[in-house]
Amino acid sequence: MKVKGLLVLQIFWTFFKISPVTFGGGFAMVPLIIKEIVEKRKWLTNDEFTDVIALSQTVPGAVAVNSATFIGHRIGGIRGAVAAMIGVSLPAFFIVISFGIFYFNIQDNQKLEAAFTSITVSIVAIIVFAAIKVAKTAIYDKTTFFIMIAGVPLLFFIHPIIVIFLGAITGIIVTSFGRKLNHCIELNNNKEEDLTTNPDYFMGSGI
Amino acid sequence: MVLWELFHTFFLMGFVSFGGGYAMLPIMETGVTQYGWMSAEKLTNIIAIAGMSPGPVAANSAILIGYSAAGINGALVSAFAILLPSLILVIAVAACFTKLHHNPIVERMFYGLKPIVTSLIIFAAIKFALASNMIILEVSFRSISLILIFGLSLFALFKLRWNPVYVIILSGLVGVALYS
Repeated sequence: MKVKGLLVLQIFWTFFKISPVTFGGGFAMVPLIIKEIVEKRKWLTNDEFTDVIALSQTVPGAVAVNSATFIGHRIGGIRGAVAAMIGVSLPAFFIVISFGIFYFNIQDNQKLEAAFTSITVSIVAIIVFAAIKVAKTAIYDKTTFFIMIAGVPLLFFIHPIIVIFLGAITGIIVTSFGRKLNHCIELNNNKEEDLTTNPDYFMGSGI
Repeated sequence: MVLWELFHTFFLMGFVSFGGGYAMLPIMETGVTQYGWMSAEKLTNIIAIAGMSPGPVAANSAILIGYSAAGINGALVSAFAILLPSLILVIAVAACFTKLHHNPIVERMFYGLKPIVTSLIIFAAIKFALASNMIILEVSFRSISLILIFGLSLFALFKLRWNPVYVIILSGLVGVALYS
């Protein structure tokens, strides 16, 4: 029992240390996880790690949080999962909340307003960038293109969560007509190969 | 009650968080307008702060929206609400089917899901472009410089492959130099 407690603490501390590095997307964390978890602590093999990252993409939520939780669960069960999740989230929480408190206290400052005038426009650019990155993995035939185009006006009238469900259902219905599924699987396979070699690929899909 | 509104908005969002933080902006925007947690302009600023911080953009934004709406308790509730679905799903998936990403139903689902995630991000881009006052027809120093900043930001992201964090920081400095 005591050994298990120590392991849980180790899991927490390992992810706590890695977490502040996840600037600009969870995939920044990948090389560090490999170093800490696979090479140093030998908690996972390389193959297991690739599996974990692929799974983390399938489950909704941030890749950084999901992969940490998966790894924690594999090493230390549910307690390990909770420890890893808290470990990976806590530093980010403290940093973002400090920035937030700073912002809310001086938000009427003239210089800060000027900074945000420009930043707001750059954020639009970043969102456009994310859209194109995601589109590259999502749009590869007429049907996916049509779903994307149909989705945008829908969002002006229907709650986004419902639109997401409609998308998933449409995927299942459309692919039951055959043919296209092969293409879909092919694409997913390509995607997996890219996972660890090209983190940049996931800007947008991993944040 | 504000805490409950925050909790259920971000808890539900946690279950559909596919495709990264920027795809979740429409959900956050809907929550913010529906419950009046903050102004649209403030939301854009918060997204910027969330993008500058380490950690997932969606979770960071949720934490800041929570803080703005209900102080530190709001921040904690939002963080908990957005993490809980990940914990539940990861444990469920780890316990049941480890080969989820080869599951045919899941793959078929993603066939429709991924284009919709793209729609969500396009929609967010439209909404935030409208809120940024970038699209105005009058010719002034302000409107031209903003379009220039937009173009240069795109250039830095696509061609120079900059990390978005640096784009935000540099853009902020440019803003201070130009508009204050």
